[in-house]
Amino acid sequence: MLEARQLTKEYQSGAHRLAVLRDVSFTVPDGAFVAIVGPSGSGKTTLLGLLAGLDVPSSGTVLLDGEDLSRLSEDKRARLRGAKVGFVFQSFQLIPTLTALENVQVPLELRGDDGAPARARDLLSRVGLGDRVHHFPNQLSGGEQQRVAIARAFSNAPRLLFADEPTGNLDSETGERIVELLETLNREARTTIVLVTHDLALARRAQRVIRLADGLVVSDAPSQPAPLRDAAPLAR
Amino acid sequence: MRIDQLLALAWRESRTARRHLLLYMSSISLGVGALVAIDSFASNTQRSVREQAKSLLGGDVALTSRQPFPKPVEAAIDSLRRQGVGVTDVTTFSSMALVLRTGGTRLAQIRAVTPGYPFYGTILTAPAKQWARLQSGRFALVDPALLIALNARVGDTLSLGFARFIIIGTLTSVPGDVAVASAIGPRVYIPAQYLDETSLLLFGSRSDRQTLLKLPPTLTVSQFSAAWKGRLEKSQIRLRTAAETEFNLTQAIDQLRDFLSVIGLVALLLGGIGVASGVNAFVMRKIDTVAILRCLGATGRQVLAIYLLQAVAMGLLGAAFGGLLGVGLQLLLPRVLSDFLPVDVQVTLEPAALLTGVLVGVWVALVFALRPLIALRNVSPLQTLRRESDAEALRGAGVDLVRAVVSIAIVASVAALGVARAENVRQGLGFAAAIVVAVGVLYVAAAAMSGAARRAVRPRWPFVLRQGIASLHRPGNQTRAVVLALGFGVFLMSTIYQVQHNLLATVEGKLDQSRANVLFFDVQEDQGAPLDSLIRAQGYTVAQRAPIVPMKIVAVNGQRGEQLTRGNRARQPGGTRRRAGWVLRREFRSTYRDVIAPSEKVTEGRFHTGGTLAPVLPAVSLDVAVAHDLQVGVGDTITWDVQGVEVPTRVTSLREVNWTRFEPNFFVVFERRALERAPKQYVILADVRGENAVARLQRDVVSRFPNVASLDLSLIQETVGRVLDKVSAAIRFMAGLSLALGIPVLFSAVSATRRERLREGVLLKVLGATRRQVGRIMLAEYLLLGSLGSLVGVILSVGGAWALMRFVFKQPFSPALFPALVVALLMIGISVSIGLLTGRDVFRETPMAALREA
Repeated sequence: MLEARQLTKEYQSGAHRLAVLRDVSFTVPDGAFVAIVGPSGSGKTTLLGLLAGLDVPSSGTVLLDGEDLSRLSEDKRARLRGAKVGFVFQSFQLIPTLTALENVQVPLELRGDDGAPARARDLLSRVGLGDRVHHFPNQLSGGEQQRVAIARAFSNAPRLLFADEPTGNLDSETGERIVELLETLNREARTTIVLVTHDLALARRAQRVIRLADGLVVSDAPSQPAPLRDAAPLAR
Repeated sequence: MRIDQLLALAWRESRTARRHLLLYMSSISLGVGALVAIDSFASNTQRSVREQAKSLLGGDVALTSRQPFPKPVEAAIDSLRRQGVGVTDVTTFSSMALVLRTGGTRLAQIRAVTPGYPFYGTILTAPAKQWARLQSGRFALVDPALLIALNARVGDTLSLGFARFIIIGTLTSVPGDVAVASAIGPRVYIPAQYLDETSLLLFGSRSDRQTLLKLPPTLTVSQFSAAWKGRLEKSQIRLRTAAETEFNLTQAIDQLRDFLSVIGLVALLLGGIGVASGVNAFVMRKIDTVAILRCLGATGRQVLAIYLLQAVAMGLLGAAFGGLLGVGLQLLLPRVLSDFLPVDVQVTLEPAALLTGVLVGVWVALVFALRPLIALRNVSPLQTLRRESDAEALRGAGVDLVRAVVSIAIVASVAALGVARAENVRQGLGFAAAIVVAVGVLYVAAAAMSGAARRAVRPRWPFVLRQGIASLHRPGNQTRAVVLALGFGVFLMSTIYQVQHNLLATVEGKLDQSRANVLFFDVQEDQGAPLDSLIRAQGYTVAQRAPIVPMKIVAVNGQRGEQLTRGNRARQPGGTRRRAGWVLRREFRSTYRDVIAPSEKVTEGRFHTGGTLAPVLPAVSLDVAVAHDLQVGVGDTITWDVQGVEVPTRVTSLREVNWTRFEPNFFVVFERRALERAPKQYVILADVRGENAVARLQRDVVSRFPNVASLDLSLIQETVGRVLDKVSAAIRFMAGLSLALGIPVLFSAVSATRRERLREGVLLKVLGATRRQVGRIMLAEYLLLGSLGSLVGVILSVGGAWALMRFVFKQPFSPALFPALVVALLMIGISVSIGLLTGRDVFRETPMAALREA
């Protein structure tokens, strides 16, 4: 599904070059749930940006579903994202001028899909916000906003979901509900999930954990199974 | 993405921004309003003139001349009459009108008409239908103003020269007449059959003759013109047809129209800047949304389309509002100008003018909005993960071709607008060039200040000052953007102010105190000395007694007739311009004296001092404009026809004459010996002070010299002043409106990067800066930005206003320094208060809240 080959990202900083990522390689199979962890400054966010095609590496390649991202133009990458990728961010990143429903519709409409409103409404009720579709982001709580963001991330039925500290701005209970939601989606829709976090407890929920430090992969192993809890069925 | 989905997304996304965007776009409204108003008014007036052409002219064809028609022409007209062509005449001249009962006198414009006048159009009177009675006796119909001036009423007897007429009514409407004209000479209509009885048309008296023709259906106007044109031209008779009735605006209106045009252009440009800086601020607020959209799969083109659609929609609204404003102004204009217009202007909606104005407005809004908008293409989806500063987020990589194209489109649009609105291409290009120079100067000044800020700061200066000055040159600084927008705005606004100031000064200059206040003219040769002593005997001074000799040009440098009109001047290589026909045809009323008058200035050669003898040609001094139209200079010879005697002369000097003073001025001044013995008239200018003194003197003069006309200049100055006040009010109103609308534009220009400043202020606050320190840092930065922008703008405006006064209004210019300084200080004040407001906002919220938002 997703493959990183010898990814290196350098920034010019004054006279010398600063390597944020060095020679990072790994493969994420279809339907996997992978966590990328590391302390602040380890290069997690940079790696996420490269994997999602939001940025281009200094060297190395990212293959998304067999396609080399660095060979695509910015606009082609945008279309690819629109077709196969979903995002969940720490700060939700909802468009403030659009209602919950309209936010969820955006990826569908960008592709020119018919029936966007119906599908968006369905997704929102599946994340438990069926009665809040016409609310604007600033009228929703943090947890609700993140659920809208998840509904939006799944609106285009992505093969691959990137989540950047999805619980970072939420209290622990709400965060837990969000993680359960992601797990359910991963299971039910066989969506591949790449989760970036510095929260080791959260990372343990993934099937596999890749640890980064100073731009290098220091370990890549299946996670210790977390204490099992009943996964809430996708809120009904 | 389907079009409907794009539209829907653009609409939804604009939800909270609509108000802002509309505000920016409304900057364009005033410009559109001015364009629509001027163009609609012009076409309204033209349409009205066209519709009323026949009644304005009074006949199918009008023959006019400054002198009696030659015998063969009269004979030809008689034969026309026998063929069934309607013929009627009007002879117009100035004379004193006297009412015996009250003793009141006033210079009036006498119009002696023959039966049948006019063929088209109706002259309305009060009481009604008196026009039909006019020819049935020694009757007169007069302007109501005359009755007031003479303290007379309908039924009184009016003396004109040696004849007496009974006033049977007043005129309420005469087609084709401009109300202002009656200020100088109220109209008096009398039957032409009694003209001779007045004995007013003596030698040298000026009179205009007009013959109106009503052609039978068998003879078309064009057939008639073709057959008669040549013959009439030779006799110096002008032929006009209803189709070519032109409408000449007076100078004051011309200036108002030009001023409105300039306002329109300036307002459009000001609007453009308002749009550009407003949209710039808008774009910065949209970076986050664009980054999200990009993440969700939107292409650069889709993003641009969404915001472009919003801009176009709001631009359309702004321009449409401007259109409404324009229609409102259009309704107002004929009211302000009615006294100057020869027709009743029918106000109708002019769809073409409205549409053009709105389209031009949308276009200007669009090109100016496009430049900041295209920066949104550069926003990377990466900004969702790691937000950079606004300036960084919008920066593209390398040379941006699209941006260059948009910049060129802006320059081209400005140039096209200039060319389209100006009187000629050169003026339009000059306008565009001036804009480019102004922008260039501002850019260089901003860059220089940014550079100076980098070098000038000394470590021992207080922290807040260093910090404030450092803001001018550090990465992502707003120096260029703000100085450019603010400076350009100030430049345009101050230019308008300067031009307004100068225009009003020229209007008021016309009312300059003259040395004298009564003018006597049509004074016959033998009346000159007795009148002079009559005035002096009453204790008043005679300021000037100028002889007047009527004449025409017969030869220039030996060229006569056909040769003369061709006007080939050998010593001007390639200068084969035709001489202006009017100078060759017109009758010159020249004077002779050997000293220069105070209202004159020699520009070339030396003014003659007399004393030349026979073999040397007598000297003449020409008005510069006449010399230009005649294509002669110092050293050329001109031969004049003075009452049948040819008088050869040599041009020895050219003069500039201040025509705006109410004094006898002359195109041509002869050396005394050339004309001393020629038959002449006098003009006498007297200084008569004291309550009712002028009226008393006028009455005495009329009773002794009935043919002598006199003009109370102070009365005219008052009347003209009143009318000009209306024009001034219109000019002031438009200037005030554009200044008032300019201020919000500047506000948005200065506050474009306010968010960035806010963010920095919050950081400083977190680091322990006090409210006072943050305030001072902002003050230092905004004070410098405001001062540089305003001062450069004001200095540029002096140049701009000079150029406009010189090339568009053709009037002298003197800079209004004090108001310019006030404008500059006002603008500095505005930018400083924006800075301080930003500083205050920094302290309105807790650092945490502000940081989270940032």
